[in-house]
Amino acid sequence: MNGPTASRTRLLATHILLIAAALLVLVPVVWVVAAGFRTQISLLSGAFWFTPVLKNFNEVLFSKTSDFLVNYRNSLIVGLLSTLICLVAATLAAWSLNRMSWPRWFVHIFLGWALVFHMFPPLALASAWFTIMRTVGLDNTLTAVVLAHTVLNLPMALWLMGVFVRDVPIELEEAARLDGATTPVLLWRIVLPIIAPGLAATAILTFVFSWNDFGVALTLTMKQTATVPVAIAKFAQDYEILYTQMAAAAALSILPALVLLIIGQRYIVAGLTQGAVK
Amino acid sequence: MKPIASAAAHVAAVEAEPSATVSQPTAADFARGLDERLWRWLTLSPALLLLLALSVLPLLNLFATSFFTVSWSGGHSSFTAAGLNNYRELAGDTLFRAGILNTVLFALFAVGGQMLCGFVLALLCTGVARGRLLYRTIFILPILVPGIVVGAIWKLLLNYDFGLVNQATALIGFDAVNWLGSANTALASVIFVDIWHWTPFCFLLFLAGLQSLPQDVYEAAKIDGASGWQELAYVTLPMMLPTIMVTFAFRLVLAFKVFDEVYLLTGGGPGTATQVMSFTLYQRFFREDQTGYGSAMSVAIIFMTCLLLSAAFAARGRMGAAR
Repeated sequence: MNGPTASRTRLLATHILLIAAALLVLVPVVWVVAAGFRTQISLLSGAFWFTPVLKNFNEVLFSKTSDFLVNYRNSLIVGLLSTLICLVAATLAAWSLNRMSWPRWFVHIFLGWALVFHMFPPLALASAWFTIMRTVGLDNTLTAVVLAHTVLNLPMALWLMGVFVRDVPIELEEAARLDGATTPVLLWRIVLPIIAPGLAATAILTFVFSWNDFGVALTLTMKQTATVPVAIAKFAQDYEILYTQMAAAAALSILPALVLLIIGQRYIVAGLTQGAVK
Repeated sequence: MKPIASAAAHVAAVEAEPSATVSQPTAADFARGLDERLWRWLTLSPALLLLLALSVLPLLNLFATSFFTVSWSGGHSSFTAAGLNNYRELAGDTLFRAGILNTVLFALFAVGGQMLCGFVLALLCTGVARGRLLYRTIFILPILVPGIVVGAIWKLLLNYDFGLVNQATALIGFDAVNWLGSANTALASVIFVDIWHWTPFCFLLFLAGLQSLPQDVYEAAKIDGASGWQELAYVTLPMMLPTIMVTFAFRLVLAFKVFDEVYLLTGGGPGTATQVMSFTLYQRFFREDQTGYGSAMSVAIIFMTCLLLSAAFAARGRMGAAR
């Protein structure tokens, strides 16, 4: 039953199934990226072969009627700023809750609320933020989106950084204390270097989730403050759907994710699995 | 409940001890205590302020708004007290009812499909040594793609006239299907797209779980002459149960938030075939500017999420007790 030929057949079958699954993942993405290089007529005619053109990318990026570069810049600003604020707040809080003498009930309520808050649908939260932002005059500003994304991702960052902070040997922190290190010195010189990989994992995930968010950005922005996903949805909403331009914009929008996947896969996997398993 | 109570008592005892036995705290101790108390608050305050100002406050405000009828004119709002009217109206809102039903259907089938596909893929992946990393890299890709782009991708692929899916089915002699435009297939199509989007996430968690299983149990099973299926049923599945439960809870919560794909693929249609909670809320609150009524709907959705959560916690508690 377990002869060498049987196990080789089995391995071959396994590879065939895995390759089929990989194709199922890749083909849709590749087909749409390719659609970005087609003319609308070529796409609608359903022909398989086509001559690639750069017209769609030109239209999306440089046409007077398109704000895609502004949208791209908005997404970058929102993603980077909200990630930065979220990481600083989450790391400090995670360390504080795990290493300082907070009463247990306080820690439970704090983390419990963050967890429950994380479960609420973003659209329900967006309705709450929309009213508040309007009241304080922050509606249609990037600040509103930055703040919303920061607090949207804060629970996940708190959770992840909690895992990484607990991995720091307590003896090391105690030794530093005995040597007279103040809290800022302790955090900067002892804790930070140890949690750096965890910080990278959390940063990548926070940025990706901010970049990908549609519901919150849709409801808190207008034309000039719209982010990339909101812009992509616009292509599909017009009276006449601009399929090829939508494809080109979609292709451009996954560039950051591709770069992060190539340079930071280790961190992405660590972040996604740590968060769920521990 | 017991361990927490005893741990708290333990903490209290440890904290009480020094002051009882040590004769006099020195000035240095006092300064250190002050320093620690200061930094304890300083390190927590950014997150605390963010949560208070951007989660607690807006939700309280939302709750208050849900008891009013809000009308907008010229950028100004006027509030009229409505009592429980908004909530009463909610019960009769057919769109909302359809939204709840579809969300439940969507969540159950999509998450079930993802878990099954993810588990099979993870099992297959642990069976190969060469190429595992490459497969993993490819499978991670959909997790990182924005939901709206996933929607855009499949809006093109499932297009009635020129979509790749209909082209492929035409090759083997099937008639073209209006996947997104027909009430019979729209919800199933959206579920399929979600399975495509999130199977990789389940795969990743299951792969990590499978790789961390102790190998000696498998060797023991092999010595006892267990077949592949027996190994799966009596060794792998029971040991993977915690990971499976966590993944299920994780995905279920996310599935209840579904919005992006529906927005782009079907816009809730045709009719109410793919109307989901978040989309109904979007229509009522943002498109129709029903701020008061929309707030009540948000509160109701949040309340239902809380119910689901407490049910999950109760189930976990019972499982823990059974063990």
